Amino acid sequence: MSARNTVRRLRSALPSRHAAEIAALVVTGLLAVVMLGFVVLYWLQDVPGFGVAYEGYRELGLGMDAALGTNVFSYPFMWQSIATGVFIGVVAPLVGSFLVHRQMALIGETLAHTAFAGVAFGLLFAGLFGFGGSPLLAALIVSTVGALGVNWLTKHTDSYGDVPIAVVLSGSFAVATLVITYGRGQTGIDIEGYLFGDIAIVTAGSARLMAVLTVCVVGVVVWFYKELVFTTFDEQAARVARLDVDRYNTLLVVVTAVVVVGSMQILGVILVAGMLVIPVAAASQVSRSFRETVYVSIIFGQASVVAGFAFAVAAGMPSGGSIIVMTVILYVASVLSPD
Amino acid sequence: MTVVTLDGVSFSYEETLAVCDITFEIEEGEFLGLVGPNGSGKTTLLRIMLGLLEPDEGEATLFGETAHLFEEGARIGYVSQESTDRGGIMPVTVGEAVRMGRFAAAGRRLSDEDHRAVADALEKVGIADLADRPVGALSGGQKQRAYIARALASDADLLALDEPAVGVDAESREEFYGLLGSLNGEGITVVLIEHDIGVVTEHADRIACVDVELYHHGDTESFMKSGALEQAYGEKKRVLRQSH
Repeated sequence: MSARNTVRRLRSALPSRHAAEIAALVVTGLLAVVMLGFVVLYWLQDVPGFGVAYEGYRELGLGMDAALGTNVFSYPFMWQSIATGVFIGVVAPLVGSFLVHRQMALIGETLAHTAFAGVAFGLLFAGLFGFGGSPLLAALIVSTVGALGVNWLTKHTDSYGDVPIAVVLSGSFAVATLVITYGRGQTGIDIEGYLFGDIAIVTAGSARLMAVLTVCVVGVVVWFYKELVFTTFDEQAARVARLDVDRYNTLLVVVTAVVVVGSMQILGVILVAGMLVIPVAAASQVSRSFRETVYVSIIFGQASVVAGFAFAVAAGMPSGGSIIVMTVILYVASVLSPD
Repeated sequence: MTVVTLDGVSFSYEETLAVCDITFEIEEGEFLGLVGPNGSGKTTLLRIMLGLLEPDEGEATLFGETAHLFEEGARIGYVSQESTDRGGIMPVTVGEAVRMGRFAAAGRRLSDEDHRAVADALEKVGIADLADRPVGALSGGQKQRAYIARALASDADLLALDEPAVGVDAESREEFYGLLGSLNGEGITVVLIEHDIGVVTEHADRIACVDVELYHHGDTESFMKSGALEQAYGEKKRVLRQSH
């Protein structure tokens, strides 16, 4: 009897589910804003006035290392990696919420392979012509073309929906292998970091690109939220209501390409789809509404990034694998959780 | 006022003729049952009426405008079997599903008027207390009501239903068709595709029987006497009326 009373007292002392979700969402949002602040201030540190604010981050990093006994937060490149991870933790589940419920879970995998071909082209051009931009820009272009290609093939061919996905996935990876092999002979390009994900390959430019992409993706999804929800839930009824369904389908696939390109630095080509799908799958197990699914999947995504990073740094493991393992743990926990 | 006009409408999927030279009209406040065997072109014809498909030949108009150029999506409510299937998988509450009915006409954010229309629609179909429940957790009959509420929330003048009650138990079906009848009584035009001819003849006031071509268009009584059923289905059919 007393044990039951204790459980009842503990339950009543816990915040309500809704309050806990709001609190977690606020923490997630604040973390993203803090990281956005770092990326901007690192970029503008030489501009009068911004240097002082940037120094604030440096001191915060030194203080965190001293308090935690780590040797991580003193280095700007680690902040850039963490910032990129935090941005991925927001945008990948956000976009994945629509993909999963359209049964397009594998599109992320396809576009990651397309982006990989883009990185290979980018590195090759950099080696051959001294092109100094981030290879992610080439990845963004090639991946967007791949996204539009998948969309076009799905609409204009008489085949099952996953056939164009398989064609573009295999085709782009095949092109990437040819470019890599050719490039090794010409320029000695090294692309393995993009296959498995590596904290060390996140440059200041890449973090900035991811920050800009994150702001754009969040803006697009918030602006077109109701259209995306309607076309995801009932495409035919959305057409009857005269929503431009083809336009929103294209928009979603292009936004996915953008997220994939930003994510592949940390997660690697092979694991990118995991971040689009697994937090959403976990959130769908415990959520009652679509809006709640979106919120909880972002919270799960962010928790996985933070825990995965902590594990990767502490154990000297790859960041991509660590983060995705955390999402899988959350998924299993959500499947096993009582209703 | 004429809501839908089909004038010599034909449509093919590549080499396969789906609908051939169909002509009839649907007047405001009419309850039309669209019947025919599997693969007879009923869904294609409904899509032509709603402007989702452009006919290869002939002309289809919706509220007086060429159907595929008609832009006032909020005037049409649409429910299909596909809609109800998706509601079982995607975590969407009844409230969220019904709010979608306002999306065609609303601005970036739903206004107080939009929210009032949603609440009124839920109230009208008798599921206001289920607004926060996931659609997937509803019974078949409650799901149908949720989708009808979505159509009502948009202030639809035309309700188009493509086999909306497949898999719903007999009692819920009867309640559902009763609801359709009362909405029709309030002036909403209803077009219903339904396999169960007994249900259609009981609730609709006009029947269009098709099998690529139009076999009959007229009131229920003339349909029963016309022999169109045997012609369209190619065999002797008997309509059974259920007593409840």
